[in-house]
Amino acid sequence: MERFIRESAAIVEVELIKLIRDPTEIISRAVQPVLWLVVFGQVLAQVRGIHTGQLSYLAFITPGILAQSVLFSAIFYGIAIIWERDLGVVHKLLVSPARRSSLVFGKAVAAGFRGILQAVVIYLVALVMHVSIRLDPLAIFAVLGSVMLGSGIFATFSLIIACIVKTRERFMGIGQLLTMPMFFASNAIYPLDIMPSWLRVIAQINPLTYLIDALRGLVITGGENIYGYGVDFAVMLAVFAILLFIAVRLYPTLAE
Amino acid sequence: MSTATSDRFAITTSELTRQFGPLTAVDHIELRIPYGEIFGLLGANGAGKSTVIKMLTTLLSPTSGAAEVGGFDIIKSPGEVRRRIGYVSQLVSADGALTGYENLRLSAKLYGLAKAERGKRIADALDFMGLTDSAHKLVKTYSGGMIRRLELAQAMLHRPAILFLDEPTIGLDPVARHMVWDRLLDLRRDYGMTVLITTHDMEEAEMLSDNLAILHMGRISVIGKPAELRAGLGADATMDDVFVHYAGGLIHEGGTFREVAQTRRTAHRLG
Repeated sequence: MERFIRESAAIVEVELIKLIRDPTEIISRAVQPVLWLVVFGQVLAQVRGIHTGQLSYLAFITPGILAQSVLFSAIFYGIAIIWERDLGVVHKLLVSPARRSSLVFGKAVAAGFRGILQAVVIYLVALVMHVSIRLDPLAIFAVLGSVMLGSGIFATFSLIIACIVKTRERFMGIGQLLTMPMFFASNAIYPLDIMPSWLRVIAQINPLTYLIDALRGLVITGGENIYGYGVDFAVMLAVFAILLFIAVRLYPTLAE
Repeated sequence: MSTATSDRFAITTSELTRQFGPLTAVDHIELRIPYGEIFGLLGANGAGKSTVIKMLTTLLSPTSGAAEVGGFDIIKSPGEVRRRIGYVSQLVSADGALTGYENLRLSAKLYGLAKAERGKRIADALDFMGLTDSAHKLVKTYSGGMIRRLELAQAMLHRPAILFLDEPTIGLDPVARHMVWDRLLDLRRDYGMTVLITTHDMEEAEMLSDNLAILHMGRISVIGKPAELRAGLGADATMDDVFVHYAGGLIHEGGTFREVAQTRRTAHRLG
């Protein structure tokens, strides 16, 4: 276990060094969620066509947009993995005696830290827009956990796709194909109960739905958590474990 | 393979074969490389050199046959093999977004070097490769020769018994190439490392290799000492003549698109 932690921490450390040294990607990825909140959220709040209970529409979609930014920043993580493969970095890592599970887990945790930076941006924008945010330490701690877990899920999913497609061109196409359907087939910008039944079924097997459900209760004052935090975290942990299992087996194929 | 064989040889292969669909990239290779030897693996692009190295470094499973590296089976004990080897890929594997020191620290951690020992090993490796003054500069500012020396430093940091070098001087100018050769010979002298090196450079092959094998379409055409191989073709024969004679020398053997693109990308990044 100590070895696993040490190896994973080594991967996280270099990823964070690179992120701090060149935050361009994080800054550019923060633009889109800001637009969703400032433009889309405010405009649709005027329409009042979607019933969001006691919450304002802007408050309702804030956790959804946070989850969206986690999804969008993590799902393209596979591009970086393919880039590392093309550079030979993956070969160097795989020839080392480090466990494959440590390497993959380290990448997932590093993606989690990227997600947290996105969360900070969303929190700041939401506060400026007078969204009623929960600022109690326990809620913030749980949000950090949710964001880390959500980022880990989508980054690992992205790594699996990268291992299968192996080229940046193919990955970009598939990445675009997956992100918007996952976003729209979730409770990010409308509640589950107004969805047609077929879409609700898809939303219920979409891990993004459980991330948003947890965030909605944890981020917003008076936000409703429908499934319960236990279910949300259990589903996310189970999905993460399954994806890690698959990714650990596929990651070595990148060097073949 | 007997224990006595394992004790004498750093690398042994038996009928080692790798197929990719209908293509047999490596075809029943037999190798016996003693400890402390620098062994050259030559061949045209697509001859199977990199595939042999990938199998011996546990990056790729053989389709059939067996191999031992450092006394351990590459299939049954890949973890033990990885602890005993260092690898410099044909690609430029040093991370340009990190400093030389940070690249080495990552390797030290992944190879499980004790914290107390880490700093000294990194300092020694930087000194050995003449990179102490550049240790805290980003690798993307390094010259091609410096990057290759850093990669050698990463590969030797844990003092492996066996080093695998896949075209380590590709894309380097003559001065940088000679500097890498000098470091390789120093590594063998100071640490007794066994080195398996692939190259297209006949001067490099003759200068470094105690013995070499020439691969042709996945099979070994010939194994021997460079001087003996030259002598076998006539008094005036050069290593180029040896290569052309045993590697086929036909124009259609130029490697796949991916291999050529990879080689050019590496040369571009180092040049």
